[in-house]
Amino acid sequence: MSTTVEELLAVAPLPEAFTAKDLVTDQDIRWCPGCGDYSILKQVQTVLPELGLNREEIVFISGIGCSSRFPYYMETYGMHSIHGRATAVASGLKATRPELSVWIITGDGDSMSIGGNHFIHLLRRNFDVNILLFNNEIYGLTKGQYSPTSERGKITKSTPMGSVDHPFNPLALVMGADGTFVARSMDRDPIHLRTILRRANAHTGTSLVEIYQNCNVFNDGAFEVFTEKSSKTEETLMVENGQPLIFGAAKDKGIKLDGFTPRLVSLADHSADDLWIHDEKDRMKANMLTRFFDDPAKEEHFPRPFGVFYQEDRFTYETELNLQIETAIATKGKGNLDRLLSGGNVWEVK
Amino acid sequence: MEHTTLQATDATILFAGDSGDGIQLTGDQFTTTTALFGNDVSTFPNFPAEIRAPQGTLAGVSGFQIKFGSDEIHTPGDNCDLLVVMNAAALKANLKQLKPGGMIIANTEGFDAKNLRLAKFPEGVNPLDDGSLHSFKLFTLDVTRLTKLTLEGSGLGTKEIDRTKNMFVLGFIYWIYNRPVENTIKFLEQKFAKRPDIVEANVKTLKAGYNYGDTTETFMQRVQVNPAKIAPGVYRNINGNPATAIGLIAASQKSGLPLYLGSYPITPASDILHELSRHKNFGVRTFQAEDEIGAICSAIGASFGGSLAVTTSSGPGIALKTEAIGLAIMLELPLVIINVQRGGPSTGLPTKTEQADLMQAMYGRNGEAPMPIIAAQTPSDCFYAVYEACRIAVEHSTPVFFLSDGFLANGAEPWMFPKADDLKPINTNFATGIEQGQKFLPYQRDEKLARKWAVPGIKGLEHRIGGLEKEHETGNISYDPDNHEFMVKLRAEKVEKVADYIPLQSLDNGPEKGKLLVLGWGSTYGSIKTAVIRALAEGLSVAHAHVRYLNPFPKNLGEILNNYEYVLIPEMNNGQLVRIIRDKYLIAAEGFNKIKGMPFTSEELFNKIKTLT
Repeated sequence: MSTTVEELLAVAPLPEAFTAKDLVTDQDIRWCPGCGDYSILKQVQTVLPELGLNREEIVFISGIGCSSRFPYYMETYGMHSIHGRATAVASGLKATRPELSVWIITGDGDSMSIGGNHFIHLLRRNFDVNILLFNNEIYGLTKGQYSPTSERGKITKSTPMGSVDHPFNPLALVMGADGTFVARSMDRDPIHLRTILRRANAHTGTSLVEIYQNCNVFNDGAFEVFTEKSSKTEETLMVENGQPLIFGAAKDKGIKLDGFTPRLVSLADHSADDLWIHDEKDRMKANMLTRFFDDPAKEEHFPRPFGVFYQEDRFTYETELNLQIETAIATKGKGNLDRLLSGGNVWEVK
Repeated sequence: MEHTTLQATDATILFAGDSGDGIQLTGDQFTTTTALFGNDVSTFPNFPAEIRAPQGTLAGVSGFQIKFGSDEIHTPGDNCDLLVVMNAAALKANLKQLKPGGMIIANTEGFDAKNLRLAKFPEGVNPLDDGSLHSFKLFTLDVTRLTKLTLEGSGLGTKEIDRTKNMFVLGFIYWIYNRPVENTIKFLEQKFAKRPDIVEANVKTLKAGYNYGDTTETFMQRVQVNPAKIAPGVYRNINGNPATAIGLIAASQKSGLPLYLGSYPITPASDILHELSRHKNFGVRTFQAEDEIGAICSAIGASFGGSLAVTTSSGPGIALKTEAIGLAIMLELPLVIINVQRGGPSTGLPTKTEQADLMQAMYGRNGEAPMPIIAAQTPSDCFYAVYEACRIAVEHSTPVFFLSDGFLANGAEPWMFPKADDLKPINTNFATGIEQGQKFLPYQRDEKLARKWAVPGIKGLEHRIGGLEKEHETGNISYDPDNHEFMVKLRAEKVEKVADYIPLQSLDNGPEKGKLLVLGWGSTYGSIKTAVIRALAEGLSVAHAHVRYLNPFPKNLGEILNNYEYVLIPEMNNGQLVRIIRDKYLIAAEGFNKIKGMPFTSEELFNKIKTLT
């Protein structure tokens, strides 16, 4: 028998602390100047050294698209796989190497169009991985076609008369697939993004972070209303566990639950105690929160929530899989190859 | 009553009935008992794609053919000596398989007006009593009534009693061929461990069938086929799919690599997934993915992590995996891709056998994407061939295709299984670390042109791989024109280099030089071998070589081909190996093709050989 992975890891050099700088590779970054991806890369590189991970145990796996170039810029283990399949590649890696810290980098097209199937199945299996979903509501790498998250009527190269597709609501899809950690952040709010990344890493199970990311070339300003100082406070709802849903520049607006119906209220005539208190463990409420998905141009509309919508502790696939192996060994004994080869029903020819 | 006993060197039985009649189980039981008795055996299960096709119809007929003998047996037999039919449709569908003068055992209940109508016999015609079967030895049994009588007072319902009727038939056939019933009793006790009443009923019916032979007043000739004079050793019975599964576990154990299977159910490959999932105590991780693409991509992830990664499928599933296979070629990670071929194209003939995916394995990817291909030739050979596929994948850091087919997957034969210690070692090719200040080069190569396997978790080996073209040695993305051409040729050379690490091609039978070489691959092995042995016995100048390594070919294959005036390539497809051989060696090889979802008979091959020698 030759060297096994276990033996290899047993004699490997000891881990060392690392800094954000150690995570920078020697490759030139090929994203367009001004792309939101730069900020996300920066926040990831900033947060990772704080998490108590060993650098050699971090793996970034991506599919295809602009965002999927990400692993090339991270001095960790990485794989730039094929379109839509990062989730499937990561599943196999995590199933066999549960101790690794696995990060999936994907975009709206990669995860929800071509890779939709693996995406939902990874979520329901709840592998302990982190998915960073860069949502820019456009196909960037192929130069500007509409994506499954583009709004209806979007005029692009492939939809000169406007898209007739009804778009996905990504977090509603994730809730529908029984995701156990559901969060939203944005490229333009580094502090918020770093907080959410830390939370994602701390969660055991699939952590899904949708990141609103500006494509300044093909879909510039798609999220402007949520990210620009002038409108951000009115249009966004920063949810925090145990806190009432309050928003607005003067923190003068809130959301109240009237039975099963959320209502926009003014704090002028409502007390904060009457408001919807955010509870990350409440699946029903989280489902409703994901439905705060109005077009900000609409007259009466809910603000767009950011933060951790939902968090649930549920068994992970790899734990159960590896438990079955331990159980099988405990009950049947470690497999004996000669016994397997003979099969039990043998005869001898003399 | 006294019965005469005929001594025979071999016998072929075809069991046929509704797919719900328990035909496959009856055949399996007869096979195991016969193998344990010491005969050489070969089997061919043939069943409809539908789980429960309409009862009594021609479409619903399920068959199981077994040939066993006191000499070596290489095929499940061209035609049968005994045809056992549970209904009229089974007779109609299989009568042409019966040898002239052969025996028919027919279940009379299956020939009532309804069954005759369903089998599309003309109104008022019953082949059992209209004399149309006069050239055969016809033996009718009212199995249903006899079973009912046997289980009278057992307390079981009509339906449950009816379900044991295949045991009556099996018992009767055991009697004819003088086989012990004990092995089947043991099987029944295990299968119905939770229902002692069902065990008792089945055993009673089985014995009743056996005793019926002894006591019946009807003339019946028993047949004695003595144990085979096969090589001394310890044997077991094995089907191709379990042999494949065991081969994978063996490779995992011998290499020290944990086995990972990413798979999606598909006929006729699913049994490999089933078998492997039963062996978790060998550390085997099986993952039933959401689709074929997820299955192979998860295997690629597992391989990146240092597992012996495998994906199993059949033609349509392989088509879906194609892009990911290209990725594995680019990543240069070990991966075994198993294709248990079936009739195509598209959904094709899911339960029938074919060898029509060789071109798919050889060329079916975008870009220049060569990879090694190995094909198994008998059910037990699936073990050795898949073991070789694992060895090449690991030692040469490449995906490898393993080709089996429906005939091998479900067919069975006795196997003198090896000892674990006697299996060839499989050496891993891990990168273990890097000197301080040095940079790890993920695409640096060894003498095999294989790159090192650098698994996550080792400090200093952090690196990125992906589907974009790689720069030589560094593995960085490169769009450089010269580098691309260099890398395309390097990847091809790497696959060609495998030829230095595989055995030379040998002849299976026949002279080293002569008039005709029959060149086969895959599951046609037994039929070709049988036909060539017969042709040699008749003094014809013919030899047989069977190619197991289809890419790269063994280095001496061209030399062998040139030693004969003609090369005949029989294939269960429309001519695939023949094209590759013509292309590579520029010889006028001739194809001989059968595309009926059925294996060649040795008779067909023998006749063809005769016309060319």
